[in-house]
Amino acid sequence: MLGVDLGNEEERLVQKPIISAAEAAGKAREGMTVHVGGFLGCGSPASIIAALDELGTGGLCLVSNDTGLYDVKAGRATGVACLVAKKRFARIVVSHIGTNPETQRQMNSGETAVVLVPQGTLAERVRAAGAGLGGFLTPTGVGTEAAEGKETVRVGGRDFLLELPLPGDLAFVKAKRADRSGNLQYARTARNFNPLMASACALVVAEVEEIVEIGAIDPDQVHTPSIFVDFLVRAAP
Amino acid sequence: MIEYVENKEIIARRIARLFKPGDVVNLGIGLPTLVANYLPEDVTIVLQSENGMLGLGPFPSPGLEDKDLTNAGGVPVTVMPGGCCFDSATSFGIIRGGHVDYATLGVLEVDQEGNLANYKVPGKMVPGMGGAMDLVAGARVVIAATTHLDKSGASKLRRRCSLPLTAAGKVSLVVTDAGCFEVAGGAFRLLEWFAPYDPEWIIARTDADIDATGARRSELAC
Repeated sequence: MLGVDLGNEEERLVQKPIISAAEAAGKAREGMTVHVGGFLGCGSPASIIAALDELGTGGLCLVSNDTGLYDVKAGRATGVACLVAKKRFARIVVSHIGTNPETQRQMNSGETAVVLVPQGTLAERVRAAGAGLGGFLTPTGVGTEAAEGKETVRVGGRDFLLELPLPGDLAFVKAKRADRSGNLQYARTARNFNPLMASACALVVAEVEEIVEIGAIDPDQVHTPSIFVDFLVRAAP
Repeated sequence: MIEYVENKEIIARRIARLFKPGDVVNLGIGLPTLVANYLPEDVTIVLQSENGMLGLGPFPSPGLEDKDLTNAGGVPVTVMPGGCCFDSATSFGIIRGGHVDYATLGVLEVDQEGNLANYKVPGKMVPGMGGAMDLVAGARVVIAATTHLDKSGASKLRRRCSLPLTAAGKVSLVVTDAGCFEVAGGAFRLLEWFAPYDPEWIIARTDADIDATGARRSELAC
């Protein structure tokens, strides 16, 4: 716990350390499966991604909805696009790369292994990992390439694909607000994959815009329970 | 022969007339997004956005964008009064669970068996399926929105899709700028045509089986 008032003994037990974005990025090691929240940059942990970019860690396996928006001409890169451009990922598991031509290029040239997963299946696989499920049956992808290599299970005369959980070693998520115990609240559509990933990874770092005292968030308004969160990072303004 | 001129507006206008008040509708990126501009005044529908919202509203005025409120294309939007936000698992539970009445999607190819291909041209364009496979699997009615011909003049409606499928046999309605079709009995059944096109033109220019029995001229025209 760095430079924070630890309070009394009882309080300290449930407080989560507040670390810098650089310290958060340092938790990612080559070969790890890293879940990164966000949807085309909305609800992405931008400060941690920038620190990871600076640190230069490579050989990561990314699980995310997309690889951000990458527009070389306009000089615009959102989400993890800057990390893709520097080939920091050995493997990318996402639902959509249409807004990042560099990911498409790396996929087509074979430079990076890119696995495309239907968005709802991706979300549910992450959720399943966090919820202790051995998998689930979905109608999505039946009769398409997404069914290749998967077991088809017939229930009530209808075909479903058996999809398996997708856990991670590390999650970088983004929330609007945290309390010191790690309870998280998201804003609007910035929620997306963040709460699912917070439940599915061994180590969870939440980048937040505001950190409030324990008790300041109404229990009914907590989106991610504190027990899922290990570290907090203040988002750069 | 009537010369073909692409007209995305009439596609959006026709689709907008399909909805009843209270319908839950997901509009895909691109052409389907235009549909929201043509909803009749007296029809209030609930737009679902797969990134986690019911009650998708119009684009905000410049300067009023909220970085935490976007559509599935990552573009800033607004949320209607009574709207709500949720995570991606809930969003796709809504979609797969049959709670979305209509999904409107763009098309690379659509065929007379109701197969849809819209996410991949192997080796060339690989945007990924995003939420399209779930939407097509779960929505009550799947509407394919497409220009009738592509840039080279080839039919977008096919006998059999040649590209990787987004879903097999799930499309029930196809709306082009030449007409409105129902996928039934292994053919595109023409419901309405948009003047100046007519059934003769549509049959001649479509690389698929067209059943024009009972078709009528739409009150909409190109």
